[in-house]
Amino acid sequence: MKKLRYATAQWAIGLTAAALALAGCGGAKVGDEQKPAAGGKECGSFNLTVSPWVGYEANAAVVAYVATKDLGCKVVKKNLKEEIAWQGFGTGEVDVNLENWGHEDLKKKYIETDKVAVEAGSTGVNGVIGWYVPPWMAAKYPDITDSKNLNKYADLFKTSESGGKGQLLDGDPSYVTNDEALVKNLGLNYKVVQSGSETALIQAFRDAEKTKKPLLAYFYEPQWFFNELKLVKINLPAYKAGCDADPAKIACDYPPYDLDKIVSKKFADAGGPAYDLVKNFKWTNEDQNAVARMIAVDKLTPDAAAEKWVNANRAKVDTWLGK
Amino acid sequence: MAAITSDVHVEVRRPRRSVVIGVLLVVWVAAYFVLSGIDTLPLGGQETTGFHRWLTENRDFVGQGNIVFDTIRSVVDQLVVLLQSLVSQPSYGRPVPVVGWLGVVAISAYLAWAFGNWKVAVLTAAGLAFVGLQGLWQESMDTLALTIAAVLLSLLIAIPLGIWAGLSNRAFKVATLILDLMQTLPTFVYLAPLTLFFAIGPAAATIATLIYAAPPAVRLTAHAIRSVPPESVEASRSLGSTRGQTLTKVLLPMSRSTVVVGINQTIMAALSMVTVAALIDAPGLGQTVLKALQTLDVGVAFNAGLAIVVIAIVLDRVTTAAGDRPWRTASVRRKVLLGAGAIGVLVAIWFSRTYVWAAEFPSSIGVGSRIAVIAADVTTWVQDVFGGFTYGVRDAVTKGVLNPLEALLTGSPWWLVGAVVVTLAAILGRWKAAVPAVVCIGLLVATGVWQDSMVTLASTLLATVVVVAVGLTLGVWAGRNRRVDLVIRPILDAGQTMPPFVYLVPFLALFGTSRFTAIAAAVVYAVPVTTKIVADGIKAVPLATVEAANSVGSSSWQVISKVQLPVARRAITLAVNQGLIYVLAMVVVGGLVGAGALGYDVAAGFAQSELYGKGLAAGLAIVLLGVLLDRITQAAAPKPHGKGDKQ
Repeated sequence: MKKLRYATAQWAIGLTAAALALAGCGGAKVGDEQKPAAGGKECGSFNLTVSPWVGYEANAAVVAYVATKDLGCKVVKKNLKEEIAWQGFGTGEVDVNLENWGHEDLKKKYIETDKVAVEAGSTGVNGVIGWYVPPWMAAKYPDITDSKNLNKYADLFKTSESGGKGQLLDGDPSYVTNDEALVKNLGLNYKVVQSGSETALIQAFRDAEKTKKPLLAYFYEPQWFFNELKLVKINLPAYKAGCDADPAKIACDYPPYDLDKIVSKKFADAGGPAYDLVKNFKWTNEDQNAVARMIAVDKLTPDAAAEKWVNANRAKVDTWLGK
Repeated sequence: MAAITSDVHVEVRRPRRSVVIGVLLVVWVAAYFVLSGIDTLPLGGQETTGFHRWLTENRDFVGQGNIVFDTIRSVVDQLVVLLQSLVSQPSYGRPVPVVGWLGVVAISAYLAWAFGNWKVAVLTAAGLAFVGLQGLWQESMDTLALTIAAVLLSLLIAIPLGIWAGLSNRAFKVATLILDLMQTLPTFVYLAPLTLFFAIGPAAATIATLIYAAPPAVRLTAHAIRSVPPESVEASRSLGSTRGQTLTKVLLPMSRSTVVVGINQTIMAALSMVTVAALIDAPGLGQTVLKALQTLDVGVAFNAGLAIVVIAIVLDRVTTAAGDRPWRTASVRRKVLLGAGAIGVLVAIWFSRTYVWAAEFPSSIGVGSRIAVIAADVTTWVQDVFGGFTYGVRDAVTKGVLNPLEALLTGSPWWLVGAVVVTLAAILGRWKAAVPAVVCIGLLVATGVWQDSMVTLASTLLATVVVVAVGLTLGVWAGRNRRVDLVIRPILDAGQTMPPFVYLVPFLALFGTSRFTAIAAAVVYAVPVTTKIVADGIKAVPLATVEAANSVGSSSWQVISKVQLPVARRAITLAVNQGLIYVLAMVVVGGLVGAGALGYDVAAGFAQSELYGKGLAAGLAIVLLGVLLDRITQAAAPKPHGKGDKQ
């Protein structure tokens, strides 16, 4: 046994050495390939947070691509949850957030009180939050899109979790929802059930459409999933300014969100080409969806997706660069 | 002998206990029908208590800029960056890491051979080559760098602490309590605050991993030191050894193999944190998993999860082999071979620094994408075939068992539930269990999330019962049959280290968003540890005992129930206990798939600043449930008579 063991080991070593010697002679040497363009002198580097949804990644991909290729900046991407990214403005770990969904409380803390962050204008993307049903339901029950008719269909939405009422499925805990108040104030015979994550929501919609299961859930746009399935929004009583002033008495739809950019105070004060780019960066839901689709559905890397989009939309990019 | 005495003990005491407990439960159900709905302490999703708001406001009380935290941060950061530049990231002005893939494979295989044996060396080389072929070389190396850093730091702290807890009874008691806390407090609770102390980056991720991964090493080191026969220590003392000499010459060498098991468990725990740490920008495979799940790409997520499992299995087998290797000096022949191997390794490193093909893993081979496609296809197939059936199972279990149990717990007044629990604890363990029960119930009420705690408790109880049933069956089977053990062990390893996020998506498709899905996920995660401990316990039953039972013509069932299970009683108690802790560790993940309650509260606290305090309170409630259930199960376990710890 012992003999055999050592013999095997010797063989293995011998073979490896021989293979290395043979293969090694022909290969390209490290350092032969081109070094990346020596940039970054003028622009320097900045830290860009990447929030965990594909739409955001599309923003980040395009801004990083333009900053790197056109301005020669070094962009350090950091994958962070929103809350933690805000903390990062204070510690200097984050310079740029390209898509902020409201978060008035955090704005108050970090912009007004701590004075470590400043606003840098709109992203140009409009955020919509609301209740949605899968397309097959809207086709089969056309009047379901009016929230007044929801009680009529409550029985359809019963599940093992909803305690005899209709189920309204809520999603990612990152978003503040008014759904419990809405259900109560609109007199709906529904129970809010927490799915707990975006993954769970999307899977639920996918399954609902495929197996024609009824589903009513909280969702939002822009979202890459709309490329796969055109969910239909339920019309809640229209939003009017101030109708959401008292959280307990809300009986109206969610307000439209103008998604905006936040940068660290330090980054804004330093100025520089990267700051100008971030400040000028503005595009539309369609633009973002196009890039998000390339990433999520066509499986391109963010960088490749950005390259494709930038080449097709050079004029828009030039306006960001002040050309 | 111990087995027989305890058997008698069980037969005499059990019926009386069970009758009393039965009566207690009947009284509870009767009282529920009268009192349901009173004093149930509900709290809505977005509602908070004064205590929660106070926690939220005082969250930043230490803040950064503190010199201690800054020092720790920069030291840890530098350690991780050093490891990364060695194996994963371009460094020192070169476009590739210091050591390329060929060098890493050579070094790892050599170390595995030197500390273990040639079999694990082959396994190591094959495992690393496999993750390379998956197209995940750099990500895997990032994960490896972070894991090594976290494990090294864990051991630096855990081994001395474990020795201390092994030598001092008081330290042991305090340590057990703190370790329970470290293992059951959901990571999400301290993830965000950690980034406040240690900033965003590798340091915070490493420290979060350390908090979760260090406890097993402390526990097992302490356990090992305490299990050294007192005779050996006395012999050493009587020969005039000092305390230090006794420690280094007797206690440590004698506990080596158990300490290695602790190190092994620490590595596994560290790897299971990879995905969670990715939420605060820890580099590596966790990022790949999270990114894939943003688009519900189960295939790609599975591919990355598989790489984590492969790394875990390699590290597990190598450390196990190193622990089993007898402590002796190598023969001349082996020394020569080791020397020759070292030269081979140096050659490989030189190649990996010189040639591109040896530095960067060739990317043309698409094994990873093929695995992803197959995994996605299999998932779809399973969903299509079993979809309807699984919904039926879910509804039956939910309606038949879970809902009544939950109604009983959440519908009863809190004081009634409290009284029942304390009485139960008193029956099972007298005041030793009753006092902690009173304290835990009181604190649970104080956290302000009583009703959510009861919802979580119902799911936890159900999950634990399933885990114990499955774990005992599998464990006994594997413990009695070597071949079964060989087959199921890699599957168990996969269950323990495959990031739960990966199998949650198919589970969601099979069971929808529900409490049942969360229970299923917890079962998958907790069964492996229970099975492993039971199997080891069964294997440790002396062969002579089993053969004696066989020779008097006992059936297999009799051997199992009358001999093996009673003798392995201590292992089974530990297995139940660990199964429970693992189920609780999954509560937060359950919150992400529809379990709501405490898990959701914690996740929401992580995501929304105004709910932070409630999230922390919910995290504490999970710990309290853990301590409560732990004390009651410990008390319920039959105590061995007389001889105490050593058998």
